[in-house]
Amino acid sequence: MIEFDNVTKEYPDGTVAIDDVSFTVERGTTTVLVGPSGCGKTTTMKLVNRLEDPTSGCVRFDGTNVEELDKIDLRRDIGYVIQEIGLFDHMTVRDNIATVPELKGWETERIDDRVDELLELMDLPPATYRDQYPTELSGGQRQRIGVARALAADPEVMLMDEPFGALDPITREDLQNEFLEIQSELDVTILFVTHSIDEALKMGDKIAIYDVGKVVQYDTPAQILRSPDTKFVEDFIGADRALKQLQVRQVGDLMQGSKPDGASRRPDGRVDLQSTNGTGVEPLSAAASMQVALSRMIQHDVDVMPVGDAGSVEGWISRDAIQRETRVETEVRS
Amino acid sequence: MGLFGESIQFLFDNSDEFLTLLQEHLLMVLIAEIGAILVAVPLAIVAVRFDRTRRFVMTFGSVAQTIPTLGVIALVYPILGIGFTPAVFGIWLYALFPIITNTITGLEDVDEETVRAAEGMGMTEREVLRKVQIPLALPVIFAGIRTSSVLNVGTAYLAFFIGGGGLGVWVISGITQFDNPQILAGAIPGALLAILADRLFATIENRLTQTVGADAGATTA
Repeated sequence: MIEFDNVTKEYPDGTVAIDDVSFTVERGTTTVLVGPSGCGKTTTMKLVNRLEDPTSGCVRFDGTNVEELDKIDLRRDIGYVIQEIGLFDHMTVRDNIATVPELKGWETERIDDRVDELLELMDLPPATYRDQYPTELSGGQRQRIGVARALAADPEVMLMDEPFGALDPITREDLQNEFLEIQSELDVTILFVTHSIDEALKMGDKIAIYDVGKVVQYDTPAQILRSPDTKFVEDFIGADRALKQLQVRQVGDLMQGSKPDGASRRPDGRVDLQSTNGTGVEPLSAAASMQVALSRMIQHDVDVMPVGDAGSVEGWISRDAIQRETRVETEVRS
Repeated sequence: MGLFGESIQFLFDNSDEFLTLLQEHLLMVLIAEIGAILVAVPLAIVAVRFDRTRRFVMTFGSVAQTIPTLGVIALVYPILGIGFTPAVFGIWLYALFPIITNTITGLEDVDEETVRAAEGMGMTEREVLRKVQIPLALPVIFAGIRTSSVLNVGTAYLAFFIGGGGLGVWVISGITQFDNPQILAGAIPGALLAILADRLFATIENRLTQTVGADAGATTA
């Protein structure tokens, strides 16, 4: 969908923002560019909607070099969300969201329907929010409007430049989760910039880790955690790599069939284990992260947890299995 | 009867002349102000887009504002002679700068990220200007217009020196004749006029920001 082909961007003053970067963003996936400030990740993103043009190399959008496309049309076809949100304070929420559809000349009725649809999607009741001004909203609501505005004209590609960076941790996490949900319903290709490795691991199907001007590793979150290519990547991920690995792995991956001794399901769906003193534990969802699994094991002081839902137990996950997996993975180094 | 009473008495005794002077004064102020808006705002918009013009205009504008009003009127005289038109020209010239500098400042102070968002969404330079920068800069632009309109009312008093008429006729001849009631009869209506001009443009600003959608709280005094 978006290909970066030996792209270099050098500014007139001689600063090299990005140096010979190549990678491909696959259709329908989220690719996260992550790295310290000033590493060139935002510049890379700006090359896609031509807020910047490369000094050499090229960026292809659906196979076409973006420099051959009309700048204005290209930008109207790409959703754009920035950290500062950049809402137009003199326009209502409705008019903000309607920006690109209006530029594209949609009919008023179609725009109104689309605005309401997006507000619903963002969990902001249209009747309440449609006619409000951005200054009347909270930071989280403003960024929801920012995302809605970027989605308004049904773009195939979204560029998101630290979209949740300025929000408080709780709002940020809410928005990340909501966005993951929304994204799973839409067929949209996303290029996402952040300086937070945690956000990258959470949001990305693929992650490109930047050191100054260079992509030092481009891979899936699990693969990056399993085998960081360089010392820089290893340091960037942090000392709690094993725990982060648990974050990106799902319980379902390590689930086993054999039922432990003394375990029995109760009528209310909870499961009694030998050491749970009759209160039982609630089964984990197969989609839960291994980190949640381990946390629940510690909380209940058990070595094994049932996986499933209130209706049935599909399998079991053990503390041993999680630890074995993490130990092996962190020891394998290329 | 106090001084204030005497000046009111003077005003009523000379009401015909007063109305003529007031009308002249108002005309000078209004023509100059509207002319200044029509020239200054587009000029500033152009200046913002070209860095060198902007710097030149800003420097020239700040220096020009330090020239005493009387100086401007005096400069007009040798070039355009005396009468109503030269007076209007002088007032107009003096009214330009607050509007130009405020328009430039207002446009430049629009949040950079908001402009970046607008560009990133595919607005042309023109659309960014028309839909984003100008509406957001309106309160500052209007602050300039209001300042210049108040200044104009004062500058118009000096029109007397080049035969432009207006309330200056009473004030300045009153000063030379030590006629305090006449001075006040000329000065007080001018003060009221200045307040009125300010309110007028404040009202226009409110109307405008409401139609372009800005919140009404954005008016600046």
